[in-house]
Amino acid sequence: MSKPQFAMYWAAACGGCEIAVLNTDEKVLDLDAHFDVAFWPAAMDAKYKDVEALADGSLLVTLFNGSIRTDENEHMARLLRRKSQILVAFGSCANEGCIPGLANLSPREQIFARAFESPSTDNPDHLRPQAVSQVPEGTLTLPPLQAVVRTLDQVVAVDYHVPGCPPESHQIAAILDLLIRVVKGEAELPPRGAVLGAGDSTVCDECARKRDVKAIHRLARIQDLPPLATDLCLLEQGLVCAGPATRSGCRSRCPAVGAPCIGCYGAAPGVVDQGARLLTAIASVVDEKEPEAIDRVLDGLVDPAGSFYRFSLAHSLLRANRQALAEQE
Amino acid sequence: MSTPSTPTPFEPVIIGFTCNWCSYRAADLAGTARIKYPPNVRLIRVMCSGRIDPTLVLKALSEGADGVLIAGCHPGECHYLEQNYKALRRHRLLQKTLAQFGIEPARVRLAWASAAEGAKFAGEIAAMVDQVKALGPLNWPARPVPEGRAHADEVAA
Repeated sequence: MSKPQFAMYWAAACGGCEIAVLNTDEKVLDLDAHFDVAFWPAAMDAKYKDVEALADGSLLVTLFNGSIRTDENEHMARLLRRKSQILVAFGSCANEGCIPGLANLSPREQIFARAFESPSTDNPDHLRPQAVSQVPEGTLTLPPLQAVVRTLDQVVAVDYHVPGCPPESHQIAAILDLLIRVVKGEAELPPRGAVLGAGDSTVCDECARKRDVKAIHRLARIQDLPPLATDLCLLEQGLVCAGPATRSGCRSRCPAVGAPCIGCYGAAPGVVDQGARLLTAIASVVDEKEPEAIDRVLDGLVDPAGSFYRFSLAHSLLRANRQALAEQE
Repeated sequence: MSTPSTPTPFEPVIIGFTCNWCSYRAADLAGTARIKYPPNVRLIRVMCSGRIDPTLVLKALSEGADGVLIAGCHPGECHYLEQNYKALRRHRLLQKTLAQFGIEPARVRLAWASAAEGAKFAGEIAAMVDQVKALGPLNWPARPVPEGRAHADEVAA
């Protein structure tokens, strides 16, 4: 009997999700034992035409990482939705836009200017990538950059969500185990739309640091602060920590080693907009009452939107800068 | 119905969050005192301006509102002691954040009005409506609707 088919694909992503899957060590061999890996560009050679040749629904499960940044990303999202019975938004990019989504604060022209005309870029002819270029050998094409980054579930229907940048390998191993048990008929799939491989609380709940005063008098970047106490809440010490708004599941790894949570597991359960929740949490504990004094503390935060929505901008209520959204329309 | 030659003037939709103890009563007083203010504001009564999570403001703006008014008791007079200071701090941080999204500060206004200040409350609304009219409609684009359907239910069955 032939094995069910598995696929993993990357759209606008860094490749860290693939590494995280490989970091499950020998669990990858279990995956191979129970699935036929039909398509996984990062791990094996296969072409888009191989996917197009498959019957619709013939992939049992596809782990899709990466956000939708280009026309090619969108094409692959729609293609893999058709070919897959279970489509999993895997990792922060697919779920919330992640770091690529931060570009949504800038209209497309600013993105190109930054990438191809910055002071450190040597580009005397002001060259820009073109969707179609004629060269002596023939015609070359590049997938056009869309005006805003979208998440996978803003483009196609998604069955499950696995958060994290990247998802923690112990969580991935548990998900692969579940898939294998489902294939063997020993377990049932969770309800559609479920968040897999994460906790149901906040990073603060898993964090061992003590919170006591719940008041902050300054906000600064870590290099501008004196050495931090190792056992006290980082937010209370003046660092923007996304723990209060972020879903648990990572064992609070960053705060445990003295780095603030940056929010990669996305909005905590029940939180509609991760950035707004973090904004609320921080503004609430600033220990000032006069507008000027409040502003002095808040001015320590140089990039509020980027800090609050570092991973979830494309999935937030506003999703992008107004001008960028207008270009998308 | 307007004819194509006379386009309907822009009438902004403003969501106004008012607190139970001061600003809502100010609005009430404006009503009983027959003070006129523009009908563009839809008031929502909450217990305290400190209840206004910025999520509510963003939701209003992303779903059709042209502006949001948050009105509470004067500083030092909050029924819940200090919660209007939270509203003040959130408002200032929200303004900084919204600027990065291209949303003008006049679209999200914080105002204080005691239960005796019906005229002041009406004046705040009139001023805000004028400012938002000058800015024009916000028209935040709707969220994209995904294509296709998920299949996990059938597989699970």
